[in-house]
Amino acid sequence: MLMKILVIEDDRQAASYLAKGLKEAGHVVDVANDGKDGLFLAGAEHYDVMIVDRMLPGRDGLSLVQVLRAAGNDTPVLFLSALGSVDDRVKGLKAGGDDYLTKPFAFSELLARIEVLVRRRGAAQPQTRLSVGDLELDLLSRSVKRSGKAIDLLPREFSLLEYLMRNAGSVVTRTMMLENVWDYHFDPQTNVIDVHIARLRQKIDKDFPTPLIHTVRGAGYSLRAAEA
Amino acid sequence: MKHEGAAAAGLHGFVAAGLRLVRTTAFRLALLYLAMFVLSVGLILGVVYRTTAGFLEQEIGETIALEVAGLQDHYRNYGLPGLVDVVRTRSAVANNNSIYLLTTAAGVILAGNLSGWPAAVPNASGWTHFKVADYGGVTDRPSTAQAVTFTLPGQFRLLVGRDMSEIDQLRTRMFRSLGWILGATALLGLGGGLLMSRGAMRRIEAINRTTRQIMSGDLTDRVPRFGGGDEMDRLAGNLNAMLDRIERLMTGMKQVTDSVAHDLRTPLTRLRSRIELALLHETEDPEVYRTVLQDTIVEADRLLATFTALLSIAEAESGAKRQDFVPVDLAEVVGLAADLYEPVADERGQRLSVDIRGKPVVHGNGQLLAQVVSNLLDNAIKYTPDGGSIALVLDGPAPGRAACIEVADSGPGIPPDMRDKVLQRFVRLDTARASPGNGLGLSLVDAVATLHGAKLELSDNEPGLKVSLLFPPEARR
Repeated sequence: MLMKILVIEDDRQAASYLAKGLKEAGHVVDVANDGKDGLFLAGAEHYDVMIVDRMLPGRDGLSLVQVLRAAGNDTPVLFLSALGSVDDRVKGLKAGGDDYLTKPFAFSELLARIEVLVRRRGAAQPQTRLSVGDLELDLLSRSVKRSGKAIDLLPREFSLLEYLMRNAGSVVTRTMMLENVWDYHFDPQTNVIDVHIARLRQKIDKDFPTPLIHTVRGAGYSLRAAEA
Repeated sequence: MKHEGAAAAGLHGFVAAGLRLVRTTAFRLALLYLAMFVLSVGLILGVVYRTTAGFLEQEIGETIALEVAGLQDHYRNYGLPGLVDVVRTRSAVANNNSIYLLTTAAGVILAGNLSGWPAAVPNASGWTHFKVADYGGVTDRPSTAQAVTFTLPGQFRLLVGRDMSEIDQLRTRMFRSLGWILGATALLGLGGGLLMSRGAMRRIEAINRTTRQIMSGDLTDRVPRFGGGDEMDRLAGNLNAMLDRIERLMTGMKQVTDSVAHDLRTPLTRLRSRIELALLHETEDPEVYRTVLQDTIVEADRLLATFTALLSIAEAESGAKRQDFVPVDLAEVVGLAADLYEPVADERGQRLSVDIRGKPVVHGNGQLLAQVVSNLLDNAIKYTPDGGSIALVLDGPAPGRAACIEVADSGPGIPPDMRDKVLQRFVRLDTARASPGNGLGLSLVDAVATLHGAKLELSDNEPGLKVSLLFPPEARR
């Protein structure tokens, strides 16, 4: 999926790394080195997503996004910040950010997150049924079927599958799952998510010829139908 | 010369000390009180004076009026010679305070003890005051007289008065004693004020001394308390509590610095030498470099995790997070963590039993509490052999506690003498460091427990380790 991305980051070296990585992933990137330029570019062009450093000289990232939101700009925003506490995160989201990533981060994490942000913007109305390939999930009856066959899931397994299905086709990292399914904003020492995915696979993929849950090396997991 | 210099210096020092005293708030307050006190004393004395003196004057006036009435009667009954007789007789009495003067219309003195008409009352009738000494008479006291003059039938003029010297004397005495009283009041007040402000200043000086001591780097000094529990003692107590807290923070900081120096340097050195070796070892095979880079990322991630854990501990220890405490449902926190780790334990054939009794709510930070439970479960799973059992219990209020979280495993446990030690940063009993981990898990648990005012207890599960987290009753915040 090709995206047009605006990076607002005052550290030029960090900004050029970001731009380079994003371009290699196939995206189109504009870079602004301060809040003023960022505000100008964000107003002048249309972007699919903006990556904004929280602390910028002059106008800081928080107020920049507040100004954009007040002006009716609803481009998804991902905050980058060296401030990693839960409160900083909450402040970022309150100011109008859609996601928050603490520095330093794995590039794969950033890529996965902006893709999910952009796709989420595409899926407009709330759905009561999700389906990927022959897998169906009914949010009202809280039931799951694959090829018409009912699959029994524990409540947490259901939430995990729902999250994967909502972001079907995108890479979802372990941290994203911990944040969105468990509301854990810290990394447990053990790779607990892998164990949960293994369990889910047992129920979703084991008895079927084509697997839906795929491991993406160095990044996380992705749920997608065979040739989607 | 030398002597004089010393004296001057002494004087200078004395003046400087005085000036410092005058500048103190306590002294200024004392001065203000003194001014108000002197003013009210003055007011009271003024009223007393006016009433007393006024009463005496009125009394004299009445006596004179009575005498005048008597003399008029006498004149009516016995004529001029009778009046002259009486006036002469009365004027002749020694030590007399009375003043008389009887003249003809032309001013010829017929009787009396004055040398002439006072200038103030040339012709008119009525009350008058004049200086007795100026008109001779029986007394040479420099006193004033109060008198009444009137004209008798036949154009004779009569003056009857009283020497006011006694009243004047009384007035002077009163004035003098009022002055003394005011002076004494002012002096006593000033002295008291000085004494009071000196007392206050001594105590403030003690606080200042401690502050200077601390600013010079010695954090162990404390403000002395004088006992009695007044506001100065409370201030000293609060300052000391603040200092305790700062000292704890400083100690924490130092510990972090030490641990960073010790336990981050080692992996950083490893990281650096790995890269250096790869560069030294010239090869055309990109796979070699790729492997080194991948290892480097793993190592860097581990470093970052350690770093993040250290920061979390420091943050919890600083107590700053206490400001945004909210009610946290422990049943939810424990349930979520159990739910997250159940498959992990299951994978190792361990039985994780979860017993949630009641729905205790404590005031705290949900994320940190979740991290604590998750760390405890992580540890239990890590150190319990495959097929062992782990029990997670949440219990509600009991005497002396609001809630209790307990994680018990059937692992090797921790010997009693090591239980304090494992709470320190980077301490791992597994000296070979065979299992993954950074030795910060229990340190964080300890820091978060302290942040929440909770008690962390390690005990023997026979066999295994039992970790209990006891939350205090929700009395203090």
